[in-house]
Amino acid sequence: MKILVPVKRVIDYNIKVRVKADNTGVDLANVKMAMNPFDEIAIEEALRLKEAGVASEVVAISCGVTACQETLRTAMALGADRGILVETDVELQPLAVAKLLKAIAFNESPQLIILGKQAIDDDANQTGQMLAALMGWPQATFASKVVVDAAAGSVTVTREVDGGSETLVLTLPAIVTTDLRLNEPRYATLPNIMKAKKKPLDVFKPEALGVDVTPRLTTLKVTDPAPRSAGVKVANVAELIHKLKNEAKVIA
Amino acid sequence: MSILVIAEHDNLTLKVATRNAIAAAAKINITLATEIHVLVAGVACGDVAQQAAAVAGVAKVIVADAAHYGDQTAENLAALIIAQAGGHTHILAAATSNGKNTLPRVAALLDVAQISDIITVLDADTFVRPIYAGNALATVKSADSVKVITVRTTGFDAVEASGGHAIIENIQASADLGQAKLVSRELTKSARPELAAAKIIVSGGRGMGSGENYHTVLEPLADKLGAAMGASRAAVDAGFVSNDYQVGQTGKIVAPQLYIAIGISGAIQHLAGMKDSKVIVAINKDPDAPIFQVADYGLVADLFQAVPELVAAL
Repeated sequence: MKILVPVKRVIDYNIKVRVKADNTGVDLANVKMAMNPFDEIAIEEALRLKEAGVASEVVAISCGVTACQETLRTAMALGADRGILVETDVELQPLAVAKLLKAIAFNESPQLIILGKQAIDDDANQTGQMLAALMGWPQATFASKVVVDAAAGSVTVTREVDGGSETLVLTLPAIVTTDLRLNEPRYATLPNIMKAKKKPLDVFKPEALGVDVTPRLTTLKVTDPAPRSAGVKVANVAELIHKLKNEAKVIA
Repeated sequence: MSILVIAEHDNLTLKVATRNAIAAAAKINITLATEIHVLVAGVACGDVAQQAAAVAGVAKVIVADAAHYGDQTAENLAALIIAQAGGHTHILAAATSNGKNTLPRVAALLDVAQISDIITVLDADTFVRPIYAGNALATVKSADSVKVITVRTTGFDAVEASGGHAIIENIQASADLGQAKLVSRELTKSARPELAAAKIIVSGGRGMGSGENYHTVLEPLADKLGAAMGASRAAVDAGFVSNDYQVGQTGKIVAPQLYIAIGISGAIQHLAGMKDSKVIVAINKDPDAPIFQVADYGLVADLFQAVPELVAAL
């Protein structure tokens, strides 16, 4: 069974973003980039399924600029068998990415595609669900546990939902998107980082896949959120209660 | 043409989040001057339909009552919404776990973009949404014929639950796709207010030290204040409480009147989920904790002394 894992190159999660002065976006020049954290979890889950003998191959895919090759090398250093880059300088929105992934999936015929539930840059939380729709496959988003029963042709997924958790059984092939607590991703070791450099990495253009990636949404501007005015430190519990009752008037 | 809002419910009760989404629909409708319709898909969900029909500003409630909608699985729900999409300029749902699960599927099937988590409606095509964990706000304009939108509930005050007199129309269910089946559901049972709709939230972080401490220290405070209880990602990852307590970028987004952060350092990801609260109180023994930068009232103290003292004094 083959597993595809799409990975996105995003600003490192530790970096505090700054909005550009001309309000056209956030400043990504000379900023540390990394693999989207939820995608690291997706890679880890795929690798564990391979190590358990359930999956035979793990293929990482990234869509975007040439530098996404670094993200794919990271995925391969973690253990993915090979990488596919769909290379374009066009700003990719979730629907376009889902269409590109569908084209790749058509060529690769995976039984499972595991994605991060959202990217920490656009916070869209769409691509996995959109891909599932385009493939006509079932989906289990926000996964905290994944058990594949290849013989039965099904996957059982526990999902984190608003009120707690729920467990679904999906027929394969299927889409799973990862939540935070699905697993704890491993670190790449130096020998594996070296080995990853020799693993195959294919590059396609969206046109070659027959996909129109023209953005559907236009970003008119990007601004800073309204700052919270600085508060005060209170000396003790009594002062805190006094302020909450008489100044903020939020408790009676 | 009309605006369609997907109802969030458990087959018995219409969730407040639906009325937040209807509030966003009403904002869109200011320039369109059309009707707002609500789709209730469920099983034996007649009560929900009645509640939706009573919501202020709703003209029509469309009901699809079938066993395969009972668990709100995305595959069947999306297929139903697609079948109903004709005649609607906008399709909205609250950005709850159900809304986030289903609507992108709808958007892809309609070959349109989804606009996630809007917090402001500027006009029928233009919306503001947070990106980068709320550290930036993007104003986006859609050129698609149908706008598929999820609504951040904290961005819109819920419309009134009563005052409406919508007609109720029953429609044919779509076929059961049979691709996904619910095996079990473990929902946290609590007499406390729902986190997403609470006026006061008492939230605990890594500083609680253990799940036992979380409960023994924070519950008396939540009881005194009639508050919901939340947690930081660190507290959930450490196993103090289950995932549905999590407030943050990837957990629940809350904006109560009063948010009391206890033993929470204030990582960016946590602030993203609560910094729109009206009043923020932070209790932390580390005077340099980033939570103090957003707190209206900060108390540098050992929570194990300060919280019981607070409970006793309230």
